[in-house]
Amino acid sequence: MTHRNDRVLSVAELARVEGEGALYIRASGNKVEEARLDIYEPPRFFEAFLRGRAYTEPPDITARICGICPVAYQTSAYLAIEEACGVTVDGPIADLRRLLYCGEWIESHSLHIYLLHAPDFLGYSSGIEMATERRDIVERGLGMKKAGNAILEAVGGRAIHPINVRIGGFYRAPSRAELAALTDPLRRALEDALATVRWVAGFDFPDHMCEADMLALSAPGTYPIERGTVATRSGLAFPASAWEDHVIEEHVPHSTALHAHLAGGGRYLTGPLARYSLSSQWLSPLAREAASDAGLGPSCDNPFRSIIVRAVEVVYAIEEALRIIAAYEPPDRPAVDVPPRAGVGCGASEAPRGTLWHRYEIGADGIISAARIVPPTSQNQATIEADLRAFVEARIDLEDDELTRQCEQAIRNYDPCISCATHFLNLTVQRSLPVRTDGGPSSSYVRAGRGHRRRERVPP
Amino acid sequence: MVIGVGNEFRRDDGVGPAVVGQLRDLVPPGVRLVITDGEPTRLMDAWTGAALAIVVDAVHAHPPQPGKIYRFVVDRPGTGQEPAASSHGLGLDDAISLAIALDRMPGRLIVHAVEAADLTHGAGLTPTVAAAVGTVASAILDDIGAGRPGPASADPG
Repeated sequence: MTHRNDRVLSVAELARVEGEGALYIRASGNKVEEARLDIYEPPRFFEAFLRGRAYTEPPDITARICGICPVAYQTSAYLAIEEACGVTVDGPIADLRRLLYCGEWIESHSLHIYLLHAPDFLGYSSGIEMATERRDIVERGLGMKKAGNAILEAVGGRAIHPINVRIGGFYRAPSRAELAALTDPLRRALEDALATVRWVAGFDFPDHMCEADMLALSAPGTYPIERGTVATRSGLAFPASAWEDHVIEEHVPHSTALHAHLAGGGRYLTGPLARYSLSSQWLSPLAREAASDAGLGPSCDNPFRSIIVRAVEVVYAIEEALRIIAAYEPPDRPAVDVPPRAGVGCGASEAPRGTLWHRYEIGADGIISAARIVPPTSQNQATIEADLRAFVEARIDLEDDELTRQCEQAIRNYDPCISCATHFLNLTVQRSLPVRTDGGPSSSYVRAGRGHRRRERVPP
Repeated sequence: MVIGVGNEFRRDDGVGPAVVGQLRDLVPPGVRLVITDGEPTRLMDAWTGAALAIVVDAVHAHPPQPGKIYRFVVDRPGTGQEPAASSHGLGLDDAISLAIALDRMPGRLIVHAVEAADLTHGAGLTPTVAAAVGTVASAILDDIGAGRPGPASADPG
């Protein structure tokens, strides 16, 4: 005979995630009944804030949505507005844009790999603890991140919320000498990035597969960063302007973020795994070789291995940056003219965390009448929930502490930028399990906030 | 140097940048003013090698007293590990811990913190917090030996 024993494990402050939110998991016996990721999404505020503003403003305004990926917001914004105005930007200005974006990838991925994700695999409670014991390793990651910062400073004007980006290009184009000064640090960073791939490839990875379609930009001939059409692993291919025909967003009660799915009903994953699985053939030979040596095939479905994919993408981004810098000739003018015209434009780019899509409606006077922003984390939300559900079910027998730790790690696989402007993530696991039959007490564990725990007796 | 931590689009989280904005014409030449989102490695990079670093940030406290000003001379991370009222999950405590681990603390670190009342989305400080801006700016000028800025003023948003 068994009774029911309700246990609630609540861990506040899932640190090392950029944002805030809450994960709630409810299990009954060996089955997870519910996995719910509550997130609070600032782009909705910015969509309202952008209405009535000049068409020249979104790159500066939307850059403030996220301190980690401002270039992604700027890029998707100027692409959308330039499309609405019928302007295409190419040549050295386009190269500079890709270079700037490479800087963001290097910076964001290095931060995630070294301070957020690697500690999970190595048994450290945080990147700080890892820094105490493995200072050399952490210094290597920070050195790579600094090389990315330097690109943002040289091209974007400063490392956070770059101020040199405008519709049509830049306010000022860097000189050849300014970019050449980045070369030696980037060469050192490339060696460190290759060492990083070898390092993370040696981690132990749980056997786990994400069951979802994958969506990323595709730009045959090159790995997608700041341009491309939208593609899915299931075979869809469409321009950013057709996004709303294929990607459906719905409100869910537990979140201010909208849940995205494909028009056919399927949930999908965007981000490094999707990019890699759709475009690994377009990586540079060195990055492909590093991926292969690290045990990656042409695609990757295990979210835990995303740390390897991020490391490979850092290799690629550094190589791309070096290639662009070596070939750079300053443009005659830092920006092309983009006169306003009435219209609708859509733009998409590959933020470090996945595809970021913008849409703007502009009047003939250049005033924005509508704005829509779909960030990668809200696209991934349903997939993260489904993935957590499967992940927990396979590990339901683990003790609460270990299950919680593994759930935290599983969430960090996705590097969710849950708010881009908020505080922390709460994780709650509630489960019903058979109680002891030896006459011992039934117990409820309640942990509210890190380091605080109490045990309560509950009736059977 | 003076580092304002916060997000101007999260109401009172913008108090750090607001203080730095007020100091812009008041600090002596050579005093560097920085605004950052509080990401620890950026904070650490900003203060590495500085003889004196002054950080201004928004905080929560319990029980709350919005607008209350705190000043700490810091040589170790706090013990509470409560997240700061800044834009990201990694905050000032993480920056201090990381800097200690990597030998990258400034010669002296002073933190001025202002209790936030409103951290929802939107621009502009609440009046209570805005009223603290001038006081904090004045205290920072005292810290760096530059006298007072005159009557406190701030945009109440």
